[in-house]
Amino acid sequence: MIKSRKLMLATAAALALSATGAAAERGADGQLNILYWQAVSVLNPFLSGGTKDVEGSSLVLEPLARYDETGTMVPWLVEDIPTVENGGVSEDLTTITWKIKDGIKWSDGTPFTAEDVAFTAAYCMDESGGCQQAANFSDVASVEAVDPLTVKVTFAVPKPFPYGPFVGAQSPVLQKAQFQDCMGAAAPTCTEANFHPIGTGPFVVQDFKANDVVVFAANPEFRDPEKPAFSTVVFKGGGDAASAARSVLETGEFDYAWNLQVEPEILSQMEAAGRGELVSAFGTSVERFEVNMTDPDPALGDKRSTVEGGPHPFLTDPAVTKALSLAIDREILVEAGYGAAGQVTCNLVPAPEAYASTANDWCKTQDIEAANKLLDDAGWVAGSDGIREKDGVRLSMLYQTSTNSVRQGTQALIKQMWSEIGVETELRNVDASVFFGGDPASPDTFQKLYADVEMFTNNFDGTDPQSYLASWRCSEIPSPKNNWLGGNNPRYCSEEYDALFEELSKTAGIEQRAVIAKQLNDMLVEAGAIIPLIHRGGVSAHANSLGGVVMNEWDSELWNIADWHRVE
Amino acid sequence: MLTFTIRRLLLAIPTLLAISFIIFAILDLSPGDPTSQIPLTVPPEVREHIRTSLGLDEPFIVRYLLWLKQFFINEPLNILEEWTGYTFGDGDRLRISSWATRSPVVDLIVERLPQTLWVVGMSYVVGALIAIPIGVISAYKQYSWFDQVGTFVSMIGFSVPTFFTGLLLIVIFAVNLQWLPSIYDTTLRVTDWSSFVAQIKQMIMPTMVLALYNASQISRFMRASMLDNLNQDYVRTARAKGMKEKTVVLVHVLRNSLIPVVTVIALGVPQVFGGAIITEQIFKVNGLGQLLIIGIQGADIPLVQTLTFIFAVLIVLFNLVADILYGVLDPRIRYD
Repeated sequence: MIKSRKLMLATAAALALSATGAAAERGADGQLNILYWQAVSVLNPFLSGGTKDVEGSSLVLEPLARYDETGTMVPWLVEDIPTVENGGVSEDLTTITWKIKDGIKWSDGTPFTAEDVAFTAAYCMDESGGCQQAANFSDVASVEAVDPLTVKVTFAVPKPFPYGPFVGAQSPVLQKAQFQDCMGAAAPTCTEANFHPIGTGPFVVQDFKANDVVVFAANPEFRDPEKPAFSTVVFKGGGDAASAARSVLETGEFDYAWNLQVEPEILSQMEAAGRGELVSAFGTSVERFEVNMTDPDPALGDKRSTVEGGPHPFLTDPAVTKALSLAIDREILVEAGYGAAGQVTCNLVPAPEAYASTANDWCKTQDIEAANKLLDDAGWVAGSDGIREKDGVRLSMLYQTSTNSVRQGTQALIKQMWSEIGVETELRNVDASVFFGGDPASPDTFQKLYADVEMFTNNFDGTDPQSYLASWRCSEIPSPKNNWLGGNNPRYCSEEYDALFEELSKTAGIEQRAVIAKQLNDMLVEAGAIIPLIHRGGVSAHANSLGGVVMNEWDSELWNIADWHRVE
Repeated sequence: MLTFTIRRLLLAIPTLLAISFIIFAILDLSPGDPTSQIPLTVPPEVREHIRTSLGLDEPFIVRYLLWLKQFFINEPLNILEEWTGYTFGDGDRLRISSWATRSPVVDLIVERLPQTLWVVGMSYVVGALIAIPIGVISAYKQYSWFDQVGTFVSMIGFSVPTFFTGLLLIVIFAVNLQWLPSIYDTTLRVTDWSSFVAQIKQMIMPTMVLALYNASQISRFMRASMLDNLNQDYVRTARAKGMKEKTVVLVHVLRNSLIPVVTVIALGVPQVFGGAIITEQIFKVNGLGQLLIIGIQGADIPLVQTLTFIFAVLIVLFNLVADILYGVLDPRIRYD
């Protein structure tokens, strides 16, 4: 008995040893199968900003620094994160100097230098190129290689948050030698380079079939000789979210599936099969109402939904928007449509922790009584049909969003909730490619907002909300004059907000910035321009046999793929 | 016959030009925008820049003429260069390039054609091979149990959509029984016996889903055509002359009945090239149908325009082939 137990222990020990031994060797774990239900179109994220393309290329291309799962910046190809304290950021906030780690090589064996970093900036900032990540380089005056391992970025204005260029999956570094003939208008013609970029990441592109599949192989020059554990990655695309979830959770054909926006009941049913598990993480995405502060009456013709057309007949009354917000039971919306991928929120900026305001937490619980009282006090009384009115204005609204089964479910629930406070709602949904398409000729885009309220999700990259909060300044209101460009869909305009924003853009130091950002957030919510609903997270699934997955919403989900490995 | 063919080919040129113009106009007028799939974090000014870099700021007619030049001059010249190895002119011509992948559309099509031909083409062949015997027996033994079952099955195949049969097969064979893969592995290369078996396994479900649909369609044509001929006078004559029943049915009736069926099959061939949008999407076969749907979703106008136009060319071409085949099979029909 004792003998056999000893034998068992020995076998177990041997197994454990061999398991760790196998994991510590590059390529020992064989093939990894990843399924993104939107296929990768091109592996150059500067030419295609789609999430699928950015994340697909993140196996190969890396930024200087990236965000970990908590939203903290971590040095990736550099020694440390430059700050004012360590002298990496100049006192006047106009320059940032990155020190590249010694010994990093491209997958073709050549050294990674500051020249490559400077080149990448020039590549994206070329006017004729149509670079899709140009926003990361806003206000950049010059990027120069001081020496082979030092690169200095100079901004035209003081930048309290100088981590736009080369931080995060959206802003990786390209190899100069490969892309130097592909500048500007020539960028799209370099198909070979765009399909097979050379990178510093854990994998190299072996085979690429556009809009279908990418096969990656372990990078022989990767800086950590023991990683990655997988020798090949098959990165398949296509289908829909439900079938992607099925292939991991039920049939086990794939190890990892991304962005599973499926009704929570279906997902939990699939998860019950026991082959894999769901993982979620929260970034800055918020499903919200953007409330039209201008009059969308079709009778106004060209002036419809513009500042010139006049204010909205009832949505400019904060009592009405507050009542609308109070009447919504956000818990039910989460339960019905989001499950693990949603949390109740009352903020436009829900994260990082330091930036999340607590001033609006009254919205977290539904309170029909209080909502009714607010409207009563404001003089909105129920007419014969139960719909409230005041001075001949009825609380009747057109509520639009994009076509998507979860959103239509939410619409129906909210319509019901609002009917309880005497508000009539007409529902409308527009195909996502039209709604978000921004075609100035189409009347159905979210910028035109030919409706009273609209619901969709937006977020900001990285952890700093400055450029996000810039959207609600007076100058950002979409109108025929600026060809409907601008992010201020509610047409909210307040001098106070603009002034406070100016202050934010001059303030350094996380704490002070957070105070101002919270104030800006509260102004928008209190004015009723934004009614936040749900803090949305990403949901992915991985097989039980896949270890090392650390879900991250601040960067590419595959940010730590070098650490992924097989588990028994 | 030859003058007829030449006349028809010449007539096809204005037809195709008109078709290409209509497709381009429809795509241009349709809502949807190539930047709609980019995250909202990309600001509007950058989006405007992207649109300009795609050439969207040019007027409609300029973009149409540019596409015509690229499709009818640049692309054929490029193919010629690849075949012959010669370089015509400076060899640096602007090719039609997709907005999503930024690579030449023709290369994407060439990469995907084999899968479509294998899966969809195979389903067409299998469908025809099943349909013809079923049609013949159903007609010969009209109203027998075989005919009733055949009618029932073909009604099901005809009326149940492929997105339902496809999912049903996946649930049965991939989820519950775990016999067949639910996702087509497009990186698989057939090099030995085991990879050949894997290829067959992954083709079974998509092929069968489409074969059921094709077979039900063709078998109904076959049955109707057989019934028409079985009651003809020449059949009675053949029987009266003492021919074997087998000879009467399989030689005289079948051959005459096949004439309209062959034309139906020929007219259906362009569908094979068009791929099966829904089936390819369900099983993730990287065929032309899937390429088209991705292009439509992403408002990738050059891709959709080129693909739909190629389908139009094939349809016009196979209509002509069907007409000629008809003349060849039935000597009574002459076009001159």
